[in-house]
Parts: sequence; C-alpha cells; structure tokens
Amino acid sequence: MATYAAPIPQVSAHRAERENQGWTSWITTTDHKKIGIMYMVTTFVFFCLGGTEALMIRLQLGAPNNTLVTPEIYNQLFTMHGTTMVFLFVVPMMAGLANYFLPLMVGARDMAFPRLNALSYWLLLAGGIVFYASIFWHPPEAGWTSYPPLSETLYSPSGGQDAWIYLIHLTGISSLLGAVNFYATIANMRAKGMSWGRLPLFVWAILTYSVLLILALPVVAAAVTMLLTDRHFGTHFFDPAEGGSPLLWQNLFWFFGHPEVYIMVLPGFGIVSEILPVFARKPIFGYKAIAASTVAIAFLGFLTWAHHMFTTPIPEAILVFVMLSSFLIAVPTGVKMLNWIATLWRGTIEFTTPLLFCAGFLGLFLIGGISGVFLAVFPVDWQLNETYFVVAHIHFVLVGGAVFPIFASIYYWFPKMSGRMLGEGLGKLSFWLMFIGVIVTFLIQHVIGMDGMPRRVYEYDNVGHLALYNQISTVGSFILAAGVLVTIINVWRSLKVGVIAGPDPWKANTLEWFTSSPPPVNNFDVIPLVRSAEPMKDIRHEVQRRTGGVGPGAATAPAGATQVGV
Amino acid sequence: MNRIPAALSHLLSTTLASFFAPASGASPNAKEIHTLYVVTLVIALIIFFAVEIALGYALIKFRKRKGAVASQIHGNTRLEIGWTSAAAVILLALAILTFTKLSSIQDPPNSGPGGATLGEQNNLIYASNQRKLPPNGKVLEITVIGRQYIWQFVYPGANEADGLGAPYTYEEMVVPTNTTVELNIVSEDVVHSWWVPELGGKFQAVPGYHNYTWFKVSKPGEYRGQCAFLCGRGHARMIATVKAVPPAQFEAWLANQKKQLAEANAEAAKARKKLNAEQGPGAVENP
Repeated sequence: MATYAAPIPQVSAHRAERENQGWTSWITTTDHKKIGIMYMVTTFVFFCLGGTEALMIRLQLGAPNNTLVTPEIYNQLFTMHGTTMVFLFVVPMMAGLANYFLPLMVGARDMAFPRLNALSYWLLLAGGIVFYASIFWHPPEAGWTSYPPLSETLYSPSGGQDAWIYLIHLTGISSLLGAVNFYATIANMRAKGMSWGRLPLFVWAILTYSVLLILALPVVAAAVTMLLTDRHFGTHFFDPAEGGSPLLWQNLFWFFGHPEVYIMVLPGFGIVSEILPVFARKPIFGYKAIAASTVAIAFLGFLTWAHHMFTTPIPEAILVFVMLSSFLIAVPTGVKMLNWIATLWRGTIEFTTPLLFCAGFLGLFLIGGISGVFLAVFPVDWQLNETYFVVAHIHFVLVGGAVFPIFASIYYWFPKMSGRMLGEGLGKLSFWLMFIGVIVTFLIQHVIGMDGMPRRVYEYDNVGHLALYNQISTVGSFILAAGVLVTIINVWRSLKVGVIAGPDPWKANTLEWFTSSPPPVNNFDVIPLVRSAEPMKDIRHEVQRRTGGVGPGAATAPAGATQVGV
Repeated sequence: MNRIPAALSHLLSTTLASFFAPASGASPNAKEIHTLYVVTLVIALIIFFAVEIALGYALIKFRKRKGAVASQIHGNTRLEIGWTSAAAVILLALAILTFTKLSSIQDPPNSGPGGATLGEQNNLIYASNQRKLPPNGKVLEITVIGRQYIWQFVYPGANEADGLGAPYTYEEMVVPTNTTVELNIVSEDVVHSWWVPELGGKFQAVPGYHNYTWFKVSKPGEYRGQCAFLCGRGHARMIATVKAVPPAQFEAWLANQKKQLAEANAEAAKARKKLNAEQGPGAVENP
C-alpha cells in the first residue's frame, strides 16, 4: 500500500513586495515623514552653505578696503547667499516641517498625493544641485534679484546666470506641487470634527503659504523664462533698445518677491502660534484674529510689491497707493504681535528652549516690522533704500521671523521625529548665542546704512566710523554662527544619548502628540474625534476623568491604545 | 581735563548726527526727508519700547511658579478691536504727516537771489509726469548718465545748429550755490542709482527711462555719494561728488570746460583729417 506523503508546497510564501531597507528606503519612499526629514536635512545643509557665504561676506567687510576676496567673488558670494537662504532654505524648510507635521496635525495617515510629494522633494534637490554645481564653473553674480540688463548675456555671459534661472524653475515647480498637495491634504483629509475653526494655526499658516505660492510662483516663472529667452533665443523683453523694459522685470519679480516674504514668515507665525500656548499653558489669545490676520496679510501682500520700486521712475499715484497699502499690512502684523504677548499674559510660562526661540522671535521680528514702516514712507525710503538699513531690515524680518521659529520647531518637534529630547543646556546656550549674535550683527547695520554705505559693495572707505561699525557686525555674525553650531552638536548628541521622549513630552495641544514618537508608518491606528482647537487637551482631560486622575494618562499611553472621544 | 569731554562731545555730535538718522542738511528736500524720518523714528521708538517692555514684563511676571495657575482666556474681542484701531490710527497719522511734507520734498523751489542766471526751460521737450519745475520755471538742468562704472554729467550749452558740444564732466559735478538744479537721470547700460545722501534721496537710472530729482545747495562745499544699485563688479567704486561753488566761479568753470572741449574736438578733427589724407578717405569716420 502506498504510504501517505505530505504534499510538498509548490509555492513558497513570501511578501508580495519586499520593503526597502537602508538608504534605498529613503530614495524610494513616499512616506510624508521620511520625505519631511529629507527636506529638513537637505535644506539645513543649504542653510550651512548659505551661512558660510555670509561669514565670508562679513570677513571681507571686516576691514575697510579689504582685499580678501575679489569683487567678482564677492558678487558671487552675496548672490549665492541670498538665493540659497530664500529658495533653498527658508521656503523648502517650511515645506519640510509641513510635510512631516501637517498630516499628523490634521489626523491624516499621509499627504493627499504621496508620490507627488516625493517628486517635490527630488525637484528641490535637483534645483539645489544645478545651482551649486555652478561653483565649479562660474557662479551667478547679479544678486538674488538678478535685475536685467545686468543679468542679460551682454553683462553676465556666464552659465551661472542660467543655473540661477533653472534653480528658480526647479524649486518653483517643487514648491507649486508641494503647495497643491498641502492644500488638497488640508481640504480633504482632516480628522472627523476638525472644522475650519478648529484647524491648528500652523495648518492655517501652511494653507495660506500654499495659496501664496500658487499665486506668486507662476509670475516669477514667467519672468525667468523671459530672461532665459532674452539670453539665448533672441527676444528683447527687458532690452529698451528693442522696445523692451527693465522695469517689467522689477514689476514681475517683486509681484512674486513681496508675497515671497510672507511665504517665508507666515509659517513661522504659525509655529509660534502653536508653541506659545503650550508653554504658557494657556489657549492662544484670539484664535480667530490670528487666523484672519494671516489671511489678511496674504491678501495685502499682493498689493505692496511696488514699495521695492520707490526709487524707479513710476507715477506719484503709485507711490502713494503703495505707501498706504504697506502701512495697511502693518496693522494685521501688529495685531498678531499683541495677540502673542496676550497669550503669554497671565500664563505660567515654562522657559524651555522652544519657548525661548519664540520669545526671541517676538523681540527680533518687532524690530524688522518697525523698520519696515520707515521703508514704507517713500521719501524716507529714498534715503534708506538699497543701503545697509535695508539689509538690517530684511535680516530682522527673516532671521527673526523665519530662522528663529525654525529653530523653535527643531527643539519642539525633534522629540516627535526622533523619539529623543534635545539637550536643554545646549539648547539654551544656542539660543543666547544666536539671539545676541543677531542683535550685534544686524542692529548696527541700520547705522551703517544711514552713514551712506550701500549694500552689495565689496569695499568701503573708512569714512566716519564705518570700519568700527562693520567690525562689530562681523563679530556678531560669528557669534550667530557659533549658536547654530551648538544646535548642530546638540542634534548629533541627542540622536544617540538624548532622553527618551515618549509620545507627548510637552503636554501639547495638537494631534501629532497623540501618536508614538517617532510615529508608526500609518501615523494613527485610531484617529480621534476632534472637539476643539486643542484636541490633545480634551483627550488628556477625558483620560483623567475616566481613570479618576490615577491612570497612566494619555501622555504615557501607547499610540492608539486609548480610544477616547469617539 | 577739559580736553576729554570736549573730544567726547565732538565725537558725540558728529556721530549722533548720522547714528540715528540718514545724512541731510545741504538741500531743502534732504532736510524735509530728515524731519519726516525723525518723526517716524520717535513714533517707532515709542511703539518699540512699549511692546518690548510688555513682552519682557509678561515673560518675567508670568513665569512658572509654584501654585500659579494659568488663566484660561481665549480672547477679548473688545481689546482686540481696540488695538487694531489704535495701530490703524497711528499709521493714518503718519500717512497724513507724509502728505503734508510731500510737496516740500518733491516740488523744487525757485533759485535763491544769489543764484546763477538761468533761462526758461523748454517744457515741450521735457514734458513728463515725473518732472517737476519750480514756480518760475527756471532750473539748471544737468543730465546724469550712469554707465559701468562712472557717472557722467552733461550741462546745458549745446550748439544751436547741431545740438552737439554740450559741456560735460565725469565723477565730479560742479554746481552753482543757491540755484535750483534739476537732474535728468538716465543710464546707458545697466540699472544704476544716483545718491548723494546730503542732497536728498536716491533715484534709479534705468535704461530707456528718464528719472528726475532736484537739489538746491545753499553753501559751497563738497558732497560725496556713490552708485546705490548693483551694476557689476565695479559697483563699489562708482563714486559721485557734487561740488557747490559760487555762481561766478561756476560760470567761469563752465566756460573753461566748454573751451577745453572745443579745443580737444578741434584737435581730434585735425587728427582725423590727417589720417584720412594719409590712408585715403573713409579710414576714419566723421572727418
């Protein structure tokens, strides 16, 4: 009799698709968290490159009639510095933060279009590489504003100018795709119960940032395309000899360029609006006013571009209109400022590093905001425009309004991204170095400008006290750089030895703290029902109510273990 | 003993003038801009200190202490409407002040009694909505030409017949005192920006456009400025000086300038003629 034989399996079971490991898991990922981290690391590298360029600029200006670098290299340095900080650091860094935290904050499991999201990142990287590759040949030297005719082939024949044009195009498409993605995610993927009035203020800011990008970027894309065809295909858009106009560039560029400032600072406003209430242990003061003023600033931001052109031949009616619209934009900005201070008022403020960076933002951005009013009064602008006063103004706005909130968010969200806390001691040291560094570097630059030193000059004569003032500024820039370095060391250390954070180390208000740190691939096993603008506060209360205040509490519960509020 | 305070006060007076405000003082429009700036500065400093003190007070007073409980306030509509309107009112006041100063900054006055003698301007040729003339219509018009990396100043006085031969100079502009000087700013290559801080604001020289400004210097002196818009590698060395001299001295300078130009042109014409004679007609243009 034949013996019974167990059937031999013909098909061996294996996963339909093996998960990528190691570096391939990064380059093939469509996970918003991994893409977010790639955005942040890449843009931080560019921040360090742009910062190094700034230090070289300050070294050259450290002494009158210095010969450290040639005029050619100096012009390349400030062109690279400005372009890098705007297009390769602040704007995409905000996109990186939004990439990681926006889906978590609205209670979504990923972005609306994950693969488009990956494309956004790779286009950004491509733009950065195209631009920085030019340093091996001939970098652009017409400034980050690249005004024609200087940026035309006759005066800038090198390919560096074309690298700049392609950088604008590539990062522009990257930002546009990202903006569409953010908008779609916010519009469609919010947790149940998260109405527009319960949207976290960072998400409101990213929504506005996205709309601004969608409206402003096509204009600069058109402008650089015209410059490209002028340079290589025989058109004359900006050549007055053939009926073109250099002023056309100024109008197109600043129609994009002014909203770009709000693209850079509004997400910072959003970050501050998230962090202040957490450490003041108080709800944000005037949620609606802050959300509404964000939208108002964005709208008015499209009416003020000609204040960059006060010294050009334009009709007086435009000068007056733009002065008034620029004044008008100071109102919602001032309202925000007072709302933030009112948020701190009668709170119990915990001086953690994220709170310090937010307080630093308030103190520094105020200076940038107020110096902006001087520049809006157009006769006063005729004196201050294109001098170091303007350099001081933009740096108080952008270092205060964007870099400080970015550093606040690094300290605030690092525990969520890595599962470990950053060191508070190093964090505070970094804050104080950066805060003092910004004040020493940029406050004196107002005076340098009023002493008659224009921006973008590679050397100056020692008239008055210009040498002393410039030395002060140079010393400050190195203090600022030391502060940045301390944070880099802090991150490096904490990745290995940082204290384990747990899901909600700050007892914060928004949904990203509901899940574990770092969050699992699907973000949430259970998506909680949102009942207010501060869902985590509700969840902690609910847990306390059900357990009689003796249970483990939401802060220590594993992700999705407690299905509350459903 | 007295030397140190004296030196200190000298240092302070020279430093403070430009420390808190842009340079000014040599021309009425620059003075008016300075006034407007100082008013803005006072308002700005009040707001700056008020807000920074409120911020500092909140941070120190409401820091976390034992037993302290944060009050759960969500907002205060009346307060928020209040500070929104207050901000708007301050800015409205600043706008009104600017409007009252506008005409004294933008509209050139007549030349003073001790100024140079000027003819009527031909308004038909220069009609422009940017360009403003003094009430009596008389100005000394100087065309300022920006080019990489030197400023050229062309004075009136071209020959009636061909419109050529106008006296010109580079880098140093000589002007008569007490005379309203109007600048017609143009560029031959890239964008430049005309700026002599003590004589008023800056104005871009944009290829294909005319930009206008004016000044009127009351006392003789030299005023230094430089190109204020990135124009290439030599941007930092594109210097301009305005030298104000009494009208009589100016007339003499201008006449000398014209004479020298005519002599140089004559010599050049002679050289061209000689070259054409040696190498055949057409070797050099404009014989």
